[in-house]
Order: sequence, then structure tokens, then C-alpha cells
Amino acid sequence: MSRRLAPYLLILPGGLWLLLFFVVPMVAMLSLSLQQGDVVSGYQLTWHWQTYVDGISNYQTQIVRSLMYGLVTTVIQIVLAFPVAYWIAFRGGRSKSVYLFLILLPFFVSFVLRTISWKFILTDESFLLAPLKDIGVLPADFHILGTAVAVIGGLTYNFLPFMILPIYVALERIDPRVVEAARDLYASPTQTFRKVIFPLALPGVFAGVLMTFVPASSDYINSEILGSSSTTMIGQVIQAQYLRSQNYPTASALSFALMAILLIGIFTYARALGTEDVLKVAAR
Amino acid sequence: MTTTLSTETPAEAASAPSRVRRRVGDRLLFAYTWLIIAWLCLPIAVMILFGFNDTKGRYNTTFQGLTLKWYGRLFEIPALTDALVNSLIIAVLNTLIAGTLGTLVGLALGRYRFRGDGTTNLIMFATISSPELVMGASLLSLFVASGVGLGLPTILIAHVMFSISFVAVVVRSRVLTLDRYIEEAARDLGAGPWSTFRLVTFPMIFPAVLSGGLLAFVLSIDDFVITNFTAGTTQTFPLWIYGATRVGLPPQVNVMGTLIFAGGLLIAAGNVIASRRRPSSAR
Repeated sequence: MSRRLAPYLLILPGGLWLLLFFVVPMVAMLSLSLQQGDVVSGYQLTWHWQTYVDGISNYQTQIVRSLMYGLVTTVIQIVLAFPVAYWIAFRGGRSKSVYLFLILLPFFVSFVLRTISWKFILTDESFLLAPLKDIGVLPADFHILGTAVAVIGGLTYNFLPFMILPIYVALERIDPRVVEAARDLYASPTQTFRKVIFPLALPGVFAGVLMTFVPASSDYINSEILGSSSTTMIGQVIQAQYLRSQNYPTASALSFALMAILLIGIFTYARALGTEDVLKVAAR
Repeated sequence: MTTTLSTETPAEAASAPSRVRRRVGDRLLFAYTWLIIAWLCLPIAVMILFGFNDTKGRYNTTFQGLTLKWYGRLFEIPALTDALVNSLIIAVLNTLIAGTLGTLVGLALGRYRFRGDGTTNLIMFATISSPELVMGASLLSLFVASGVGLGLPTILIAHVMFSISFVAVVVRSRVLTLDRYIEEAARDLGAGPWSTFRLVTFPMIFPAVLSGGLLAFVLSIDDFVITNFTAGTTQTFPLWIYGATRVGLPPQVNVMGTLIFAGGLLIAAGNVIASRRRPSSAR
């Protein structure tokens, strides 16, 4: 076996699998979105771009809502995650790995089960809300399930570790001498944070945004379990179009449009921050 | 790192109030971090607790005392048991297939520079960062277009697809840290390519293969979205739970969730112990 052939032989089975079941399906989906017909009589490729126009205009509300939920979730997560990552990276000491383990604990329970557990905690007569209502902290007709707050709360909960970890990794890499230098040069703690620590943590924030914004805005489990008809997200529409209505062209067009919007969003964001290198690093 | 940070800089020693403020800040941060951890763990605690709930009716909603009976009646719901068995079969097969294919890809990317390595990296990055919804939808589009029936094989195909990249990334990062001279030494001492791999390379990358395989197992057993698209009428554990949400979950679900949680913790602990022991004995 020649050494020049070795990498190709090693990569062949896995590469073929990814080609057949990742690249080809994407092409199949793109093609299906431009076809017309129905399940019974079959589909024909007619380059029917109108499906995109109709799909996007019919479900404009859900698309915008999903992006808004994704955006709000991501911003809340940055605010929630930063202090935790900061504490673990700079004050974690020997218990760093214990803290990280605790942060990752939710991943040992199924995503669906965790979300259902939240539904259970947040129902109107739950063990948490009922006593609060009895003692009058909350009004008797207070409810949270079915609202945007519950859905965004669920999304924030489910993806938070994906924001904490990358920020932690970025903070952990900061050379302590740089921070000391800032203090020696009479920077106040606030200035040190704003001018030294935060800029150095930005690649971590970027990676966190990438890992949370995309899954959060395309999620349909949280809204399905914790939301109501007024919180319907585009993921639910796509899922229903595929699996219930079997309206394949519209469903494919919507999911392709969703991916395109998310990709454009991510690249604009990368360009605005000047962190295109981060993408290359992440891809490595 | 902590010690260097807590040593006082001249600026700080000069002003006592700033030191006090810093100590208060540290306390607040500490409390805040534990608050977030408590929040992250709350639904898990609720899940575990209600697996011990001595509920009388069909609904497991109010706590009515401790019992172990649900552990004894774990397999009483045939459909749920079937779903769990399906999940386990898929997870094990996925670990073996994605573990093997991903390891090979990781080896190639970590060891060689070749035409197409950039493209492979890009595709792997795409599979890791694409929305699951889109990957599931595209696979369903392919299966619909080619008239393939949905079931366990299509779920497995999908799971291997999204797991390969994770395994490959883990293995590649390990291969990159390896000392190539050890393999060259083996070859100089007359070992053929296969014996070199079996006796030298593989033992060195084994911890990474193990973590990659575990990752594939966990990703597979927890997956909902892609499975939802590729399952047809076949049920897996997460799919069954999701379907049962509307009518109320039986306590058996809590028990199974608790057992999977405990199993995951045990495996993670074992992995940590194994990876701590290995470097000292291998070198």
C-alpha cells in the first residue's frame, strides 16, 4: 500500500457516508423545493421558485418570531453565562473540573425529558406556582406556560451550557500576566474588564453564539411543549408540513430558506465583528 | 492561575476599599454560579423525585409519598420498553459504526496532508453546525425522493451521519499530539504497517476513540429532531416520551430517565478514571 494512498483509503468510508447522507440530501432537498406535484402522482422538477415566495410570505410571522426568540435567547445567555464562565476560569481553582461537570450535568438527561420536566414545574397548579399563589406572591390567575417567556426560558435553559463552555475556554486562555499588567498600569477593575478581559473573551462569545443561536431559532420542541399557538416557531411549521401535511415542496423550501437566513446572519455577524478567523479556527 | 491573580498588585494594596469591594464581588459571583447550577439541575431533580412518587391515579403530577414500586414495574408498558430497546440498539450500532468510520477519518486528518482535507474539514464543520431540523428534513427529502421505507435502518443512517464528525474531531485532536517518532521507531524495528497500527498507534489513540465512541452513544440515545424525521412509525425512547406528553407521562419514564442519567454518570466517571490511569501506564 503506497503511503500516498493511505489518507484516501482511511477517509473513504466515512467520507462516502457524509457525501451520501449529508451532501446528497441537501441537494435532494433543494431539488424537491423546486418541484411540483403530490405524494400520490409524484413530483416533477419545474424550477417553481414561487414556492419560496409563497412559503416565506405565508409564514413570515413564524420566521420573524423564531429569529426574535433566537436572538433574545442568545443575548440572555451571554449575560447569564459570562459571570459563570468568569468565576470558573479565574476563581475556580482546583474545583474547575467539578464546576464544568456540574454545568454539563443536564446533558445526561434527554433533551425532551428536561423540557417536559420544565412543563411540569411551570404548569398553573404545579408544586412551585401553587404555593406562591396561595400566599399571594403571584396573582391567582397568573400563568406562564404557553407564553413567550416560557418558550424563551426553555430555550435559554437547554442551550446555556453551550454558551458557558466556549466563553470559559476563551477566558481560561487569557494570560494572567496581561491582567496584572493592566492593573499595574492603574486600570480600575471595570476598565480591566472592559478593555482587556472582555475583548479577549470575544472569540468564545462568538463560538457560543454560533452554538446557541442556530439551534435555538430552528428549535421546535420548546415551543411545542412549553408554548401555545401564539408562540409557534418556524421549526414547528416545517415539521408539520413534512410529517403531517406531507407538503414536501413547501416544507423543503422553508427549511432551505431557514438555513440560508441563519447562514447569512452568522456570516454578517462574523464580518461585523471581524472574527472570520474564528470560523476557520472552529472548522479546524 | 488563581494564586497569581490573588496576589496583590501595588495599585490594590494602596486602597483597602477596592479590596473589600472585590471580596464582596467574589462572594456574589460564587453565589450566582451556584444559583445557575441549581437552575440547571432543577428539572433533573424533579424528574428523579417523581420517579419515586407513590402516585395513585394515571397522572404523575402531585407528590404523594415515596415508593420504589415503579422501579419494580419498570417494563410494564410494552410500547415504552420497545422504544427503549430500539434506542439502545441504535445507540450501540451507532457507536460501533460511527466510532470506526470517525476514527479512520480522524486518523487521516490528523496524520496526513492531502488533496481534499480542507473540503472534508468543511463538510464536518457543516454537519456539526447545521440545524438538526434541516439535516433531518433533507434526509427525509432524500428518502422520499428515492422511495426508501423509514424505520430502524434509516434512523441508524442518520445517527451515524451526524456522529462521524464528532468522533473524527476528538480522534484528530489526539492524533495531532502524538509523537510520530514512536511509530517510526516501530517501523525501524521491523514492524509492518498493520502491526505498527495495532501495537503502537491504536493503543496511543485509544482514549480518544473511547471518548469519541461514548460521545456517539450519548448523541444517539438523546437525539430527537433528526430521529423524528427519519423514524416513520418506529418509536425510540425520546420519540415515545414526546408522543406521550399530551396524555401525561407514566412514572416509568422518570425511572428510565433516572437510570440513563445514573448510567451516564457511571460511564463518565469510568472514562475519567481510565484516562487518568492510561497515560502513566502507556508511557
